[in-house]
Amino acid sequence: MDVKNIMIVGVGGQGTLLTSRILGNLAISAGFDVKLSEVHGMAQRGGSVVTFVRYGEQVAEPIVEEGCADVLIAFERLEALRYLHFLKEDGVIIVNDWRIDPITVVTGAAQYPENIVDTLQAVRKTIAVEATKTAIEMGAPKAFNVVVLGAAARYMSFSKEDWIRVIEKTVPTKTVEINRKAFEAGYCMEEA
Amino acid sequence: MSEKKILLGNEAIARGAYEAGVKVSAAYPGTPSTEISESIAKYDEIYAEWSPNEKVAAEVAIGASVAGARAMCSMKHVGVNVASDPLFTAAYTGVGGGLVVVAADDPGMYSSQNEQDSRMVARAAMIPVLEPSDSAEAKAFTKLAFDLSEAYDTPVMVRSTTRLSHSQGVVELEERKERECVPYERNIAKYVMMPANAIKRHVTVEERLKKMSEDASGMSLNRAEYRDLSVGFITSGIPYQYVREAMPEASVLKLGLVHPLPRKLIEEFASKVDRLYIFEELEPVIEEQVKSWGILKAVGKELFTVQGEYSANMLRERVLGQKCRSQAPAPVPARPPILCPGCPHRSVFSVLSRLKIHAAGDIGCYTLGALAPLSVIDSTICMGSSISTLHGMEKARGKEYIRNWVAVIGDSTFMHTGINSLMNMVYNQSSGTVVILDNSTTGMTGHQDHAATGKTLKGEVVPAINIATLCRSLGIEHVYEVNAFDLDGLEEAFQRETKRDAVSVIITKAPCVLLKGVNFPNKCVSIPEKCRKCGACLRPGCPALTKNADGTVSIDETMCNGCGLCAKLCKFDAIETRSKK
Repeated sequence: MDVKNIMIVGVGGQGTLLTSRILGNLAISAGFDVKLSEVHGMAQRGGSVVTFVRYGEQVAEPIVEEGCADVLIAFERLEALRYLHFLKEDGVIIVNDWRIDPITVVTGAAQYPENIVDTLQAVRKTIAVEATKTAIEMGAPKAFNVVVLGAAARYMSFSKEDWIRVIEKTVPTKTVEINRKAFEAGYCMEEA
Repeated sequence: MSEKKILLGNEAIARGAYEAGVKVSAAYPGTPSTEISESIAKYDEIYAEWSPNEKVAAEVAIGASVAGARAMCSMKHVGVNVASDPLFTAAYTGVGGGLVVVAADDPGMYSSQNEQDSRMVARAAMIPVLEPSDSAEAKAFTKLAFDLSEAYDTPVMVRSTTRLSHSQGVVELEERKERECVPYERNIAKYVMMPANAIKRHVTVEERLKKMSEDASGMSLNRAEYRDLSVGFITSGIPYQYVREAMPEASVLKLGLVHPLPRKLIEEFASKVDRLYIFEELEPVIEEQVKSWGILKAVGKELFTVQGEYSANMLRERVLGQKCRSQAPAPVPARPPILCPGCPHRSVFSVLSRLKIHAAGDIGCYTLGALAPLSVIDSTICMGSSISTLHGMEKARGKEYIRNWVAVIGDSTFMHTGINSLMNMVYNQSSGTVVILDNSTTGMTGHQDHAATGKTLKGEVVPAINIATLCRSLGIEHVYEVNAFDLDGLEEAFQRETKRDAVSVIITKAPCVLLKGVNFPNKCVSIPEKCRKCGACLRPGCPALTKNADGTVSIDETMCNGCGLCAKLCKFDAIETRSKK
């Protein structure tokens, strides 16, 4: 099997780290060689963040390069657009249909692009999910990232049971139940 | 029997230290090195501490080594500068128990003020350097570094980079091997570096490096991988992975020991391949030496930059002539890092900004106060520099010139090296105002304790140094503590103290909003019908606030932490704080 290249992008603080670790643990439990690349430090403070997960028989570099990603998981619309050029032509985008204004937009120095989901859909297979809304309705707004992951899981080759088992192992004990529910909600979402 | 785990490069370094039987570890947090100490602290067999700064951490490790134990200190690249005084001379004394210094460089400056190459420092200090390429090697090389340290009687540097430290890879865990301390013997010729002794030790240092350089060609951590002989790479660290990714058929001389270099092995490799590339991030450390030996066909920085991170695509484009970019990046607004919603620094900066006070800044999250819309900080150099640069400004331009200036420094940075600068202000009769942004933690690196938080790296509760008392003990009469969200109190203190003809310290207090247990009881809610669209609430640049098309403001409830700053700034009661329940 070729090495699979997954990117998880979002805004610092949205939980890209935890999500990539769930995926990393899943791949290793399936017997793959795995490499993950993360972002820590100042870049995490509300900035644009990207983590990479690569798995396969043998993985050399820990990063995913432009034009090489199989799956782009985006926790925010603008961040999906920012990293769009990393995706392969037959790659798929799972995007949380949610807007967070960067400070450049808040101060009026830049405009938040309109119709991002349409722009994405015009060039690549794009699944837009209302994960944040779903998570708020569940009473756990912070678990939206696992909702997105649930939606993305349908485009990766691991079984639903394996996903849930690894989520239970990776997330803090107190949040196991809500994260399991969040994953189920994402997994069962109808394609928009 | 052996267990496979996926570990961060930093966790793997910590595991290597554990398995090597390390007894003492000391560090000051700094991205990308922080998780090394955080992981080491989990092993009961190892004494691990946060020291106030990297110089102290290095000296703690040196002391432990002299006492015969295996010891390690870890730091980011700029921390090596702070620790360089003891490190340069520890190279002369050599070691008792194995002594390893981990230096984590930051090519691309994800979280740093410069992009210096620690290999250059190690060469200047005459300390050998090992460079792993993935998590498995990070563990293996750390263990090996201790063996080499003892075999050659020298401190050894393990050099990492952000991409190694913060990548996870599969590691096979092994058992810890306990080691008896090397018996202590008084030996002033080795450990007391006064001129007569140091002159002799310098001879030893040179002999040791020469010996190691000769041995290096036979060391298993330097490995020639012969494949297609028409093209060969000399490389090390993470760049090795990019070569394997982009050009799996190319021959590679993979260096694990990057100082001193295995000259014989390099000459042999160079003679066997037709085209020779040297692929190293940052400075041409390997390249310049290789070329100085007359291997002039080597191509390095002619093709590859000294800035930022490398990639496999860089090789595909510059060596193979391929076009990698199928589509251009979409033009999108930048999203630079920003202070979190509910951050107490934003509240303090909003007052400084309104009073048009400039700040000499320092290293921490609060460096972000330099950016619009707060635009408070005018300079940031290094840890502790805010206080001394303000002092220098006053001495250059006079007291009146700094009436609308303050120094801003975080609590952890103040304990790191700020205190020295404050002593200087007292001694040399400054009249500046120092603002210590006390959020009870080392924030930017992910919440580490320090001497003023009352908790150690191991989680023990200890007496906290009181920053106000510490400042007063220097003889500073005007030391004031103000709640970081008390806007009137802050304004009054800033106006009063910047006018004062003596050193004063204002400690703004409120814990980092990301700290465990910090929870504002309320949330902020906008009431559009009361909004006069004046924009006052938007001025501090809280990312939870968005200006709607009609000029009113909405507040993202998933982001708002409920600090209430925006509500306080609204004169029309168009933002309310309501109970979260």
